[in-house]
Amino acid sequence: MNLPAAIEPSLLKRPDEDWPGHRLVVREPLPLDCGIDLGPFTIAYQTYGTLNADRSNAILICHALTGDQYVADPHPITRHPGWWSTMAGPRLVLDTDRYFLICANVLGGCMGTTGPKDIDLATGKPWALSFPVITVRDMVRAQKRLVEHLGIEQLFCVIGGSMGGMQVLEWAATYPDAVFAAVPVASAARHSAQNIAFHEVGRQAIMADPDWCGGDYLEAGRKPARGLAVARMAAHITYLSEAALHRKFGRNLQDRNTVTWGFDADFQVESYLRHQGSTFVDRFDANSYLYITRAMDYFDLAAEHGGALPAAFAGGKSRFCVISFTSDWLFPTSESRELVHALNAAAANVSFVEIETDKGHDAFLLHEPELFATLRGFLNGCAEHRGLPHD
Amino acid sequence: MSRSLAVPLSYAPAVEAPSARERLRRDLRVIADMIEPSARVLDIGCGDGELLAYLASEKGVDARGVELSQSGVNACVTQGLSVIQGDADRDLGAYPAGAFDVVVLSQTLQATRNPKLVLETLARIGRRAIVSFPNFGYWRVRLSLALRGRMPITPLLDHQWYDSPNIHLCTISDFVALCGEIGIRIERSVTLDRFGRPFALDPRGWLANLLAEQGVFVLTKGSE
Repeated sequence: MNLPAAIEPSLLKRPDEDWPGHRLVVREPLPLDCGIDLGPFTIAYQTYGTLNADRSNAILICHALTGDQYVADPHPITRHPGWWSTMAGPRLVLDTDRYFLICANVLGGCMGTTGPKDIDLATGKPWALSFPVITVRDMVRAQKRLVEHLGIEQLFCVIGGSMGGMQVLEWAATYPDAVFAAVPVASAARHSAQNIAFHEVGRQAIMADPDWCGGDYLEAGRKPARGLAVARMAAHITYLSEAALHRKFGRNLQDRNTVTWGFDADFQVESYLRHQGSTFVDRFDANSYLYITRAMDYFDLAAEHGGALPAAFAGGKSRFCVISFTSDWLFPTSESRELVHALNAAAANVSFVEIETDKGHDAFLLHEPELFATLRGFLNGCAEHRGLPHD
Repeated sequence: MSRSLAVPLSYAPAVEAPSARERLRRDLRVIADMIEPSARVLDIGCGDGELLAYLASEKGVDARGVELSQSGVNACVTQGLSVIQGDADRDLGAYPAGAFDVVVLSQTLQATRNPKLVLETLARIGRRAIVSFPNFGYWRVRLSLALRGRMPITPLLDHQWYDSPNIHLCTISDFVALCGEIGIRIERSVTLDRFGRPFALDPRGWLANLLAEQGVFVLTKGSE
């Protein structure tokens, strides 16, 4: 799998290269946790704001499972505003007037960074299931290459929600000197049995779709849209809370006054989920979904450090701000609290806030004033300690 | 002597803003004065961070806090203080022994579920612990219960019995006895009157238990 460093760049030309943003082709192979060296590979990333002269104002934003690098500008396929456009921008919490924001599509992703839908130069065919299984740590190692390429020795902050939070923790554990502040939101130091179970349902839905073709659907010119849509529908339920679902939909019927005695989307909640599923398949690759969910399942930071979570953070100087949401049952507060206890045991500098909301796991993506206020204050305090402009 | 001193003091410009120390609540001022500069401090039940902010800015301490209320934690974090949302009963166990130079528990002990365990934990994770609490043996409290026959309400105990967070009230004598029982040494103590003014009385004596509205104790782990 190891390729000569002098690869013909035109071979790396990709169909999605006209999407906005930057591309970095990393030629030196990346040793993965599974034992395989991957390379060369591409990292697609976005930046916002300006890097200051001493390169000390960079914030790395880590995206979640189905997120991407389009944090604050429109998605090239859906044209929807960036997934954190309420958080990142001029005078917003992640203030582009002060900070230099970086967000890279994760390894294994489908928005420009090398993943299973790309061409394996060794075979000339899409990787599909021959793509190596990657881990959260591999994603972070790849991001480290990007950060080094940008000439940044220490990130002012690494921030992310859900799987993004896992990457934040992995950054702090693997490259403690490169992280001044770490903000894992709605996250955990390991993926729970329940979360693995939900992921398995999603993967089985994809693999049960005949159009998946054993993973080789690109070659076959097909798309496992139904399987991927079901995976998304099931997952989407876990991102919401019972209270939020009830508040939004209750038992309301969709464009009808009475049930139809059939299996149409009678209820608004059904219609909503179907919509979520069908729009998702337009922008996401099914095999990427398999690989990235697997990376989350394999994530167990304590296991990476001899079974003791505090050991992952021992000796680190990063300042942590851990945030959870009361109604998040996918990454419940108990997981964040366990993380905080481990950070305490490692004598780390940590703040922890549990934010009261009924919006469930998705709260980290939504307008949540307490979240904004907490982050603003935390970053401001960190900026003061780092000698950056602050309020 | 005190009279002649009073003259220049009264000329102290009244328009000048009070110092950061003077703005602190009286009992917190007593506690702050007990903490040496640059110490590692954990304030448990730190509220909106009044003491921590003072210690961080005026004494350069490494200030950490634990607070139960979301509004309190947010107020702290937005000031740049490192505070975790949690409580004394549940969230202290993970800290290693001697993690802090000073652990502060002000006006919170009486609201914990297991004060004995909390005290033992404080003595474990801090080289010193500073604990303040309202004295249930204070004469006004006693009088209120004895004469009115109702649960006492005072500025420090300002809740009705049915909505009070104070589930483990004690007197100074009770506290001193418990410290003795679990091998915690009282290094120093200050008793405060109802205006928060310190006065020195031996906490082991009956008079302190009668006259002090609250007590501030500096504790260390007794010799083993």
